[in-house]
Amino acid sequence: MVATQTKPLPTTSSRSTTPLIEIDNVTKIYPSTAGDNVVIKDISLEIHAGEFVCVIGHSGCGKSTMLNTVSGFAVPDKGEVRKNGQKVTGPGPDRMTVFQSYSLMPWLSAYENVYLALDSVHPTKSKADKDHIVREHLTMVGLGEAMEKKPPQLSGGMRQRVAIARAFCLYPEILILDEPFGALDAITKEEMQEEVANIVANHDATVLMVTHDVDECLFLADRLVMMTNGPGATIGEILEIPFPRPRDRSQIMEDPRYYDLRNRALDFLYGGLEIE
Amino acid sequence: MSASLPSKGTMFAGVNITKLWKDLLPPTIAITLFLLIWEGLSQSKVTLLPGPSSLFTDERTRTLLFFPFYDRGGIDKGMFWQTLASLQRVAISYTLAAIVGIGTGIAIGTTPLLSKALDPLFLFLRTVPPLAWVPISLAALNKNEPAALFVIFITAVWPILINTAVGVREIPDDYNNVAKVIQVSKQKYFFKILLPSALPYIFTGLRVAISLSWLAIIAAEIVMSGIVGIGFFIWEAYQNNYISEVVLALVYIGMVGLLLDKFMEWLQAQIMKGQ
Ligand SMILES: Nc1ncnc2c1ncn2[C@@H]1O[C@H](COP(=O)(O)OP(=O)(O)O)[C@@H](O)[C@H]1O
Ligand SMILES: [Mg+2]
Repeated sequence: MVATQTKPLPTTSSRSTTPLIEIDNVTKIYPSTAGDNVVIKDISLEIHAGEFVCVIGHSGCGKSTMLNTVSGFAVPDKGEVRKNGQKVTGPGPDRMTVFQSYSLMPWLSAYENVYLALDSVHPTKSKADKDHIVREHLTMVGLGEAMEKKPPQLSGGMRQRVAIARAFCLYPEILILDEPFGALDAITKEEMQEEVANIVANHDATVLMVTHDVDECLFLADRLVMMTNGPGATIGEILEIPFPRPRDRSQIMEDPRYYDLRNRALDFLYGGLEIE
Repeated sequence: MSASLPSKGTMFAGVNITKLWKDLLPPTIAITLFLLIWEGLSQSKVTLLPGPSSLFTDERTRTLLFFPFYDRGGIDKGMFWQTLASLQRVAISYTLAAIVGIGTGIAIGTTPLLSKALDPLFLFLRTVPPLAWVPISLAALNKNEPAALFVIFITAVWPILINTAVGVREIPDDYNNVAKVIQVSKQKYFFKILLPSALPYIFTGLRVAISLSWLAIIAAEIVMSGIVGIGFFIWEAYQNNYISEVVLALVYIGMVGLLLDKFMEWLQAQIMKGQ
């Protein structure tokens, strides 16, 4: 009945190529008045090109901290993060991030926000090329008609779409998303999950994403990384999500493995307390 | 067509007369009452201050009131020229204060070491009132004209500088994180992120400063004899006991101060449009 093969701690994925990202024994400590706060401890994870990895865990366990060590905003106190074998030392557009708070400049239009990023990363590209790429990506997220609007005139969902267009148009080696749909209503959220799934397929993108929505993981991810509670959070279990792509939400939900995976994730998170 | 017009109020040449009337009536009544009480107090000799009617009844003041453009050479000029002379000083010093204030404010806001070193000094200096700078600048610069300019400059520069520095320091982490991840160039960061983000703060400083510099010019000119300017005009009229002339000058000062503030408000609205 249960067809999923999930080993307890497969930190390496089944692919044979060298990993794009290696999180190697990373520990991050934040000093606090009550002594050192060991947020994440000895975390190791490999992400291969083309993979979509989701991270779930309780609020405050250190998911963002782990992401920040990959994006370069946080420096590990122990261990290191490598990209293509090179140590990550700081933020860069090759590991473009979509922040939870959208982080758009309110004085720039949707178009200008995306253009600023593209222009900054590819200053030598021709203006026409850049214009084309920006329009293409804004259209891809359904903002073809709203390019000239400024963020204050856009809804939360539309702002997040701009941020996603901005991130994808840079064709980052890995895209980092920190709870990108957390603040959105259920319908907008599902629409955006499909859009992201499409663009990811289109771009052959590699994605590392934090979420607190198990169904979102099962729809989007190849692997689901579940983190234990902090302090000293680490990776508890990794689930392989075997559904073929492109995925259809209602179709995968009919798959018996779906509920098995879902229950295992909820079990891990809530110790089986949540009853549907 | 008529349905799209506001249902209430008489329209005349696109202006809603009813609304205008409602907006203008209360201040008109208040001002009239104020003038009547003042007139009453001086007619009944409660105060030696001449009433508002003296602007018309006093011979000299009437001339000043009706001939603002006369020019008999020296410092004997009409109110328009007196005001213009003061405004010119403000324009020069205020522009200089804006350039120095914004420039230094950005330098301080972006350089923590500079901020640490200079903050205490600036916080101290900005509490010095304009009038206290007058003897210092006279002693330092020796001449009336540059001394007056310096007093305005030194009064206006602090609010601009300090607000700019705060505005730059308060750029949200969100924007800086984006700048870091897309590795934006220094120049683009300055024009596309730093400046627009700090602009509301800068304008707060600029608006406070324009009011302060108009206050300062009066203080500066009052004690600087022999120059054309509304401040010294007041002082001389007072010395000669032409009090109704002082009242007239106050009206000019108040109106110009109001116009300056309104102008800055308008400019701010223009520049920040759509943000
Ligand atoms: N910059 C920081 N300075 C100090 N403590 C931090 C910082 N960032 C995160 N923390 C602490 O690390 C812990 C994990 O935070 P975070 O990684 O944001 O959790 P999550 O994203 O899983 O909700 C929290 O206890 C938080 O207070
Ligand atoms: Mg978080």
